[in-house]
Amino acid sequence: METFLSDPAAGPLKRTPLYDLHRELGARLVPFAGYEMPVQYPTGILAEHTQTRTACGLFDVSHMGQVRLTAKAGHNAAKALETLVPGDIAGLQPGQQRYTQFTNDQGGILDDLMVTSTGDHLLVVINAACKDADLAHLQKHLSPTCEVEPMFSRGLLALQGPQASAVLSRLVPQVATMKFMTGAYVVIDGARCYVTRSGYTGGDGYEISTPADQTDAIARKLLSNPEVKPIGLGARDSLRLEAGLCLYGHDIDTTTTPVEAVLLWSVGKERRVQGGFPGASVIQKQIAEGATRKRVGLLPEGKAIAREGAEIVIGGNVVGKVTSGGFAPTLGRAVAMGYVDRAQSANGTKVDLLVRGKPAPAEIVPMPFVKHAYYRG
Amino acid sequence: MAVTKYSQEHEWIRVEGEVGTIGITQYAQEQLGDVVFVEVPAVGRKVAKGEACAVVESVKAASDIYAPASGEVVEGNAALADTPGDVNAEPTGKGWFFKLKLADKAELDGLMDEAAYEAFVKSLG
Repeated sequence: METFLSDPAAGPLKRTPLYDLHRELGARLVPFAGYEMPVQYPTGILAEHTQTRTACGLFDVSHMGQVRLTAKAGHNAAKALETLVPGDIAGLQPGQQRYTQFTNDQGGILDDLMVTSTGDHLLVVINAACKDADLAHLQKHLSPTCEVEPMFSRGLLALQGPQASAVLSRLVPQVATMKFMTGAYVVIDGARCYVTRSGYTGGDGYEISTPADQTDAIARKLLSNPEVKPIGLGARDSLRLEAGLCLYGHDIDTTTTPVEAVLLWSVGKERRVQGGFPGASVIQKQIAEGATRKRVGLLPEGKAIAREGAEIVIGGNVVGKVTSGGFAPTLGRAVAMGYVDRAQSANGTKVDLLVRGKPAPAEIVPMPFVKHAYYRG
Repeated sequence: MAVTKYSQEHEWIRVEGEVGTIGITQYAQEQLGDVVFVEVPAVGRKVAKGEACAVVESVKAASDIYAPASGEVVEGNAALADTPGDVNAEPTGKGWFFKLKLADKAELDGLMDEAAYEAFVKSLG
């Protein structure tokens, strides 16, 4: 058997404010995006996955980057950010959150991010592996118009699952009525936090931005509820895969556009017409004429798991590659997503996924694999 | 009498007569985490010592299982197709992978006995 978790890390690994708690809870810690992160706790990934789908899970996502953008006098932070992303940011009402992407001049994706308007400023959450580059990108382009303030030491907790609302509203009653993709400043245990009703599981839940030195106390308080268990990055990945959500660096990267990735829903309607973001001409052309390839869901018939890199074949011709694949615990079977030529991307199309050189029959299916359960009020 | 030997790749082989039964160790299943799929070699396949001949998949990743000795596959554990979790629950019992008719029992001399394997696992920290 080959051991695969001993990844020799480049340089010393950083730790989140919950490092000691992870150790106490018996987490298996692995290097991830420069951090020492819990991949699983002693109960294991399958149990953690089910816990999150049926009750409530607490995830440490403090490795992700948080940045505050505040307009300088005479400027507008939303308009400024729109020069870097295709999302409708100017249209965000105070307390509204949106998903968008930093694009490059070719229309490729530099990172994907969440943006929330507080009315006074914008709060941005970016991927851990991209956060230094994203910060430099923001500073380079927005410094004339905005204060760009990294808050990389803050904690970020994701509380996810059907019981998340019941749990968090015991501490903060107002979160019970918050709708999906909205946010608010709240006080938890005397600490000023920013809560959004969002997540990366496809289920209901919250993300809670916490002051670094109060993150541990808040996490322990949440874990003291009988419905809540700690969840590692392993289940975070299987949950997002079931929900059909993209993982940056795998399902989307600098070579994939939002159109190819089927993220056009996140591109503002006016912005499709008016452009004004990097790569707009490429993306507008793809909107008008269609992209040559498309991200699709793949459901293998059998039990073999087609993972990232597996070729997608129709009639002996390679039509694309799997970008994420794994076991979907909720369904008890393998699922995958990947890119295929648009001409062959219709739902119901039969394909073969090459798993260790052997064809595994599969079908192109709509995503998500597990229905989203967002709270829309 | 059955003799059990261990490889540095964390496979065990239990030898009875000319046939060796192969699986992965307790340490290996702990490292893998929840096993969700196992592919065992077809009966009749001839494998060389060190050859990748089975695959075990956890939620996170796929890992190869190497033949700890050369021989011909005489049986695969078909039950693992439906209950791959047996590998976690009973790695040295119900969770066995396949049986080999050994080509050269002298090859087993290079493998570790239980005490040596335990020391080896301890050395991994």
